[in-house]
Amino acid sequence: MATVSVRPPAAEQARAAERRRRRRRSAWRRQLVALAFMSPWIIGFAVFYVYPILSSLYFSFTSYDILTDPVWVGLANYQFMFTSDGRFWTAVRNTAWVVAIIVPLQIAFGIGAAMVLTRVRRGLGFYRTVFFLPTMVPLVAAALGFVFLLNPGGPVNAVLGFLHLPEPLWFRDPAWAKPGLALLATWMVGQTMIIFLAALLDVPRQLYEAADLEGAGPLQRFRHVTLPMISPVIFFSVVIGVINGFRYFTEAYVVSKSGDWDNPVGTPQDSLLFYTSHLYNQGFEGFHMGYAAALSWVMFVVIMACTLLLIRSSRRWVHYQGGFR
Amino acid sequence: MRRRVIGLLAIALLAAACTAGGGDDSKPAATLDPNAQHDPMTLTVWSNFSGREGKVTTQVLESVKQKYPWMTVKHVQGKDDEAIQRAINGGTPPDVAISFTPDNAARYCDTRAWQDLNPNLQADKIDKQAMWPSAIFSYTQYNNLQCALPMLTDAYGLYYNVDLLSKAGFSEPPKTVSELKTMAEKLTEYNADGSIKVAGFMPLFGAYQNSVNTLGHAYAAKWYDSSGKPSLSTDPNWTKMLEWQKSMVDTMGYDKLQKFFGSLGGGDSEWSAQHGFETGKIAMMIDGEWRNAFIAADKAKVNYATAPFPVDDAQPDLYGSGQVGGTIMGIPKGVKNPAESWLLVKYMTTETSALVTLAKGLRNVPSTTESLKDPELNADEHFSTFMKIFQNPKSTFKPITPIGVTDQDLFGSLAEKHQAGKVGDLQAELVKLDDQIAKQLQLG
Repeated sequence: MATVSVRPPAAEQARAAERRRRRRRSAWRRQLVALAFMSPWIIGFAVFYVYPILSSLYFSFTSYDILTDPVWVGLANYQFMFTSDGRFWTAVRNTAWVVAIIVPLQIAFGIGAAMVLTRVRRGLGFYRTVFFLPTMVPLVAAALGFVFLLNPGGPVNAVLGFLHLPEPLWFRDPAWAKPGLALLATWMVGQTMIIFLAALLDVPRQLYEAADLEGAGPLQRFRHVTLPMISPVIFFSVVIGVINGFRYFTEAYVVSKSGDWDNPVGTPQDSLLFYTSHLYNQGFEGFHMGYAAALSWVMFVVIMACTLLLIRSSRRWVHYQGGFR
Repeated sequence: MRRRVIGLLAIALLAAACTAGGGDDSKPAATLDPNAQHDPMTLTVWSNFSGREGKVTTQVLESVKQKYPWMTVKHVQGKDDEAIQRAINGGTPPDVAISFTPDNAARYCDTRAWQDLNPNLQADKIDKQAMWPSAIFSYTQYNNLQCALPMLTDAYGLYYNVDLLSKAGFSEPPKTVSELKTMAEKLTEYNADGSIKVAGFMPLFGAYQNSVNTLGHAYAAKWYDSSGKPSLSTDPNWTKMLEWQKSMVDTMGYDKLQKFFGSLGGGDSEWSAQHGFETGKIAMMIDGEWRNAFIAADKAKVNYATAPFPVDDAQPDLYGSGQVGGTIMGIPKGVKNPAESWLLVKYMTTETSALVTLAKGLRNVPSTTESLKDPELNADEHFSTFMKIFQNPKSTFKPITPIGVTDQDLFGSLAEKHQAGKVGDLQAELVKLDDQIAKQLQLG
C-alpha cells in the first residue's frame, strides 16, 4: 500500500516553531533565575579566586614589588628559582621532609590512637576529648607552648636529664628542630584521629568474626580486614596531609622567630626554612612579589601532580565497600 | 581549546592591568602657611606601636594640636610595614606612616612609595646637617631621596655588671674586642658538671641583640663596596669578626652556651625580668638604650654601667661609635593632604619638645641635635652613653638596599652555621653569599 505523506499546513508549522521558541525562552529564563541565585557565589568566586589566581600567574612573569607597576621579565623568575636561588633547594628539601616524615607519622599516630580508643570500655568520651583537645589550640599558641617545653633548659630536657638520657637542643639545633616540629604535629593529630575512629567503628563486626573463624591473628586481622576497610579514610588523610605538608608554614615560622623577631626565617641554620616560609620571605620581606608568585605557581603544579598521582594510585589500594569510586 | 587559552591569557592580562598601581607622583613640595586659618581636619597616622608605648606616642601625636589647633590626629596602632604597603598599593594610605624597620626605607625611596621630603625640607629652610647627627642619613635616605625622617632612634652599646667585673679584678669596661674576650673568659663561671653558671659575655648570634649587624660594626665591616657590590667576602673585617666570635663560642662550648641561654628562658627572656643580664647571669652584653628602661621597670637589682661597645684592636678610633637606627616616619604616596601631613611629620621629627617628651616616655634616644642637649636625659649617665654613641660621626646603620632585610637574613643564616662549626671553608661560603645577595639585588 502506498504511503501518502501529508505536509502540515503552514499555520501548523508556525505554531510548532512558536512552541519550540517558548520552550527555549522558558529554559533560558530558568537558567537566568538559577544564575541569579548563584550570582553571589559566582561573583565571589570570580573576584576572590579567579582574579587573584590569574593575576598571580601574570605576576610570576614580572618583576613586581607591590609598590610599583609590574615589569614583564618573561621566565626570569623561574630561571632564577632553579638555577640561582640557593635557598630554594633547601626549602624544597625541608618541605619534602615534612611530606615524607610528618604526614605518615600523623596518619600512623591517628590510626594508632583511634584503635586504642575503640578498645576503651569506660570513659570513651573523656579520652576522645583528651586526644582531640590539642586540635582546638590555635597553631601559634601550640607552637609557642612547644618552644617552651623543648627549650634546651626546659621541662622536657629536665626529665631527659633526670633519666640520664641525651638532652637535645631541639629548636636551636638544626638536627633536632624538624623532629621537634614532628612532635608538635603528632600532638595535634586529634582531627585525623576522630576521622579514623569513625571509620574503625564502621567496620562490620562480622568481618572480624569471619577472620577469627579462619584463624587470623591480630596482625592479619589488621592487615586484611581493618586496613582495607578504612583505606578510603587513609586515602583522604594522605591527600589532605600531603597538601597541608606542602603548605607547612605557621608552626615553623613561629618557632623560627620565637624569642627574637629579627631571626632569619628558617632559624636555626635554615633547618626550618620550608617552601612557604621562603615564599613569604621573598614576597613580604624581600619585596620580590613577582618571584614569590612564581614560587607559588611551582608549588601549585607540584601539589596538583602529587594529588593526581595519589588519585591514580588509589585504584590499587583503596577499597570501597560498595565498589563505588 | 586554543580560543580558551587566548581567552584566559586575555583575562590574565586584563586582571594585571587592573592591578597595576599608579606611577611616579614626585612633585614640588606641597606647602601650607601654618599660621593661616584652616578648617578643622583629622590626619590618620599608622604605626606598629602598642600598649604603653602606643599610649605615649598617641599623647605626643595629639600634642600637635597645641601648635596647630585645627589639626586632630587619629593614631591607628598595630599597623606593620606590610599593612602600610598594602594600603599604599590599594590607594588608601594613611596620612603619615611610622615604621620600625629602617631596612625598608630604601625600598620606600626607590619606589617613591614614601614621598621625597627634600623639597619640604628645602621649602621650610631646614638644614639637614645641622638638624640631625649624620648617622640618621644612613637609614632614612637612599640615592639622595629623603623619604623618611627619624622619630627617635636606637643606639647600641655595652652593658656591664659592675659587681661581677670588680669581683674579677676589673675596674674598667673593655675597649677592644681582644680585651672583651680575655675579660669574658675570666668572668665566666662553670658549675661542677661543667655547665655555665655565669657567662662573661654571651657570644651566640641570635642571643638577645647579637647579630652580624651589631657585632660587625665593631670591625667597621662593609656590606657593600663603593660600586654597590656585596663585599662580605672581599672585606677581611667580616672574616675577622666571624672568627673572633667563633673563638669565643668555642672557648665556652657551643652546646653549653645553647643550654645556658635556654636555661635563662631563651630569646623570650629578653623582654622579661628573667633576662640574663638583669638576673646577674651575664656579665657583659651588647644592647640598645632601651634596656635601661627595662632594668628600671623590672626592678632588677643588677649594679650596672654602660659604655660604647669594644672595637677591633686594629681600629681603636672606632671606639665611641656603634650601630644606630630606629623608628622612621614618612608620607606615603597618594595622601590627600600632603601639606598637612608634612606639618605633622615636621612636628614629630624636628620639634624639640615633642622629641624630648617622646624620648622620656619611650626611653629611646632623641634624634635631633637640639633634643640631644636635653639636660634631664643627659643627667642619666647610663642613658647618656647612648646619646653620645648616636652623635659619634662613625656611628651608622647598615647600608639599606631595596631588598630590605634579605641580605641580613642570608648572612645571619651563614653566621649561625659558622658558630655551630658547620662551615668548612668560610671564605668560599662568603663568596657564595656575595653572589647570592647580588642575585637578589638583580631580581629587583
